[in-house]
Amino acid sequence: MSGGAAQPGGRAILMETLAHLALVAAVAFALYPVLWVVTLALSSGDAPDPVVIPFPDSPSLDNFEAVAGRTSADGEVWLFGLQLMNSVVIALATALTAVVIATPAAYALSRFRFVGAKAATGTLLATQMFPGVAAAIPLYLMLSYLDLIDTRTGLILVYATTAVPFAIFQMRGAFDGIPRDLEEAAMVDGASRFGAFVRVVLPAARPALAVTILFAFMTAWNEFILAATFMSREEMFTLPVVLQRYVGEFDARWGAFAAGAILVSVPVMALFYVLQRHLVAGLNAGGVKG
Amino acid sequence: MRRWLPSALAALALAGTAGGARAQERSVTLWHAYGEEEAAGLRRALDTFRREHADTRVDVVHNAFGAYASKLESAIPTGHGPDVFIDAHERLSVYVELGLVEAMDPPDFATRLDFFGAHLQALEVDNALYGLPLAVKCAALYLNEDHVTDTPRSLEDVERLRGDLPEGVWPLVYEAESAYWDAALLHAYGGALVDEDGAWAFEGPGAETMLAHVVRLTREGVVPEEPNGDLVRQLFASGQAASAISGPWLAPALPSDLRWRVVPLPRVEGAGGAPMRPYVTVEGVMLASGARDRALAQELMQFLAGAEGSLPRAVTGRQVVASRTAWEDPRIADDVFLGTFRRAADAGRIMSTHPHQRMAFEPAEKAIRKVIRGDVGAGAALAEAHRRFDNVTRPPPPERSPTMAVIAVGLLLFLACLWLVRRAQSAQVRAEVRASLPAYKYVAHAFVAVGVLVIAPLLVGAGASFFGGRGTDMHYVGLANYADIITAAGGGILDHGSFWLTLLVTVLWTALNVILHVVIGVALALVLHRPTMKLKAPYRVLLILPWAVPNYVTALSWKGMFHRQFGAMNAILEGLGAEPVSWFGQWSTAFGANVATNVWLGFPFMMVVTLGALSAIPKDLYEAAAVDGATAWQRFKLITLPLLKPMLAPAVAMGSIWTFNMFNVVFLVSGGEPDGSTEILVSEAYRWAFTRSSQYGYAAAYAVLIFGVLLLGTRRFAKRLDGMGDTA
Repeated sequence: MSGGAAQPGGRAILMETLAHLALVAAVAFALYPVLWVVTLALSSGDAPDPVVIPFPDSPSLDNFEAVAGRTSADGEVWLFGLQLMNSVVIALATALTAVVIATPAAYALSRFRFVGAKAATGTLLATQMFPGVAAAIPLYLMLSYLDLIDTRTGLILVYATTAVPFAIFQMRGAFDGIPRDLEEAAMVDGASRFGAFVRVVLPAARPALAVTILFAFMTAWNEFILAATFMSREEMFTLPVVLQRYVGEFDARWGAFAAGAILVSVPVMALFYVLQRHLVAGLNAGGVKG
Repeated sequence: MRRWLPSALAALALAGTAGGARAQERSVTLWHAYGEEEAAGLRRALDTFRREHADTRVDVVHNAFGAYASKLESAIPTGHGPDVFIDAHERLSVYVELGLVEAMDPPDFATRLDFFGAHLQALEVDNALYGLPLAVKCAALYLNEDHVTDTPRSLEDVERLRGDLPEGVWPLVYEAESAYWDAALLHAYGGALVDEDGAWAFEGPGAETMLAHVVRLTREGVVPEEPNGDLVRQLFASGQAASAISGPWLAPALPSDLRWRVVPLPRVEGAGGAPMRPYVTVEGVMLASGARDRALAQELMQFLAGAEGSLPRAVTGRQVVASRTAWEDPRIADDVFLGTFRRAADAGRIMSTHPHQRMAFEPAEKAIRKVIRGDVGAGAALAEAHRRFDNVTRPPPPERSPTMAVIAVGLLLFLACLWLVRRAQSAQVRAEVRASLPAYKYVAHAFVAVGVLVIAPLLVGAGASFFGGRGTDMHYVGLANYADIITAAGGGILDHGSFWLTLLVTVLWTALNVILHVVIGVALALVLHRPTMKLKAPYRVLLILPWAVPNYVTALSWKGMFHRQFGAMNAILEGLGAEPVSWFGQWSTAFGANVATNVWLGFPFMMVVTLGALSAIPKDLYEAAAVDGATAWQRFKLITLPLLKPMLAPAVAMGSIWTFNMFNVVFLVSGGEPDGSTEILVSEAYRWAFTRSSQYGYAAAYAVLIFGVLLLGTRRFAKRLDGMGDTA
């Protein structure tokens, strides 16, 4: 791969061109359906003409204004802002909690041999196999018993624990790939095992951490059913719940729905933009030197 | 961030002891799932109520319709629910069975007199009144005055418009494939979906003539193909339809420059001039069981249903209110729109409160679609629908004595304890456990969190699979649910919708998706990872778009692209000179549409994971290989691939499991079309849990079977995940 740059002349240029062509094709594939969503969001009442390239007849930002400008009935509380805050706080806290819960466990699974490790791994994988349909009502009873209905804490805990199994596997895979000499060297230098884990191993696992954080964030960010069921005050709703309200039993306001969906995806893109730097920062950057 | 973590831990520790003190003022909570306009009308009504009751607090929760019923079901029994809530009368009987509502005190004579007897009756079950009628909803005929001057006297008049309309204008739009909307025509032909006792009635000459009429409407181009509620709105709003059959909710969606009026549904010449009779829904405000302040709750109900509360709901919310006194007010009495819908409702047929009524829609709809597509004749389709209806409405299996199960579970527990004790006595095991103690410090919190919030609810959910019936009528049935599923009770073993055929579809679905996810994701990551690559960041950000935009929106966008007449896919095909395809008309293309959507949704995740994994491969390996003269292909095969494999294993394993249970895409894109053949196991389970009369036991048995299949199918993966630590 790195050798490719050294090759002079035509072949390298051809490779670059091919790479860009492939990526442009992939981007087109990724963007095309989103283009429809954007068109819907920008139009007020378009006719469903069978067109290949969607474009709104008379673009307007009305739908975005309607969604983002929502206030409470008395006009005193900016509901959209509040609900955006809820979503951000819940998703970030979920990502953090999931990482805090999963990382040490993943480390233990990677580095220690202990009684029950095999059973724990199997059980974790098994939890993912059970369709959530069957667990929603028992989960509600559980949260109700813990008095966590209608609280952000309750929702964060539920989301975080759902994200934990994947996070554990992902982090454990990353730890397995990090040589043991790293932390052993640190421990020789006087660091405790936990100190070595936090200061040496974790930084080296940054790409996997970035993936895990993004994944846990997404788990919470787009979830709708549990949020709609567990939150019963408007000030506590997250954005997906509010979005779904535009689709009623009979009437559906797709324009607003689409505009909301676009607004909802902006923070995800922003988060990814921040995280992607770490995605490519591997073993050779940062971690090892410390 | 610091604030919630201690509180989370405290809550876990002090489970159940909390419970804040509430203010002592009188208060009442109301839930609804209205659209914007109706919510505004309700708000104004409540403002008046609040003014008249200065000492009380009225809390309102505007819920999302998609989660409304399940939220009521969870919240009311645990005391987190509302005191009163608004819902359609046809769901009342289920709520009564589940114990979510309680009977009102019999209202006084004047209150009763304010409503039509039939509207009050709609909110009664076994002669007990559970709520008061707020409004009625039904279909009427919208006419575009630019295209239609004289009110059509019959449906056939509407059909005859076809010759006189400009190019690209449909004579009529309505959801011709939906049993709810076709029922109006069915009633004109003297048919019905179910009779008064909840028995299947959608058969015989009336039903067959109706189906023939609907087929004619589609074949002759009177109504567009594959119509849905959204298409009805768009076509009529844009002037591309001369008339539309829809409910009062269409009006706010129409642009102000459209000239339209609304009339009751026309007569049908083919039915001897009988009028089309739409289904009527009576929306009621119902008393939730366990209402904290029963007197206040009923006061609020009476206010909302009465004339004073009805006026703003009619004027602002555009509701066809049920209160007769309210109609004496000139603001409502002189409103042509509301008056028309009221007349339409008077002529309509109030939906039966029998629980079987709602279960008739799914089988009836499948039959209608099959007949419209021309797959089978009306008689055969209706017979099949009847069988399906009997299958979903059959009584729960008989109660069995749980003694055997209790003994078996007890025995297992005893043996497990014995085994543990025996192991604990062995010195070697004790030494191992002692050596494990440092590791436990790292895993204890994960163990507790996952155990309480993931595993416990799953176990309880799995336990439900041994029960049948609903609500207060739940009883132990042993393995009957499993037996029914595995033997495909009520149908052939490889019929559409049977467990085995669905399993086959699910396996194919999972394999295709995961392969495509991995191939596309890894390929893109490899291209992006090349050191000489320019513009990495923008490419990466654009390529995760399918993951970033909520999938319930993009899935619908994909569905729209596959529409027979208005979709982009067929527009492209036609541009290339090919014949348009009816994507959801046959299994292969419908399945393909689902897969295309899910591949699109899923490849960014695989790409991101691969990017993370690639960066963990030490660069010096490549440099050494390059020095040794390895070709790019050799480097990929001998370095990248072997190192990538273990790191991708968790993502592939989890991805397979998630895809296996990927419910959204199937439900939103093909919806199981054609004829339930593209359904996967989890969407089938979902239908049993939510759309087929809440048969949770049956759905739970499905879930356990899915779990079993996955457990068997992923044993190899599980081994690899287990072995990961050893290979490092």
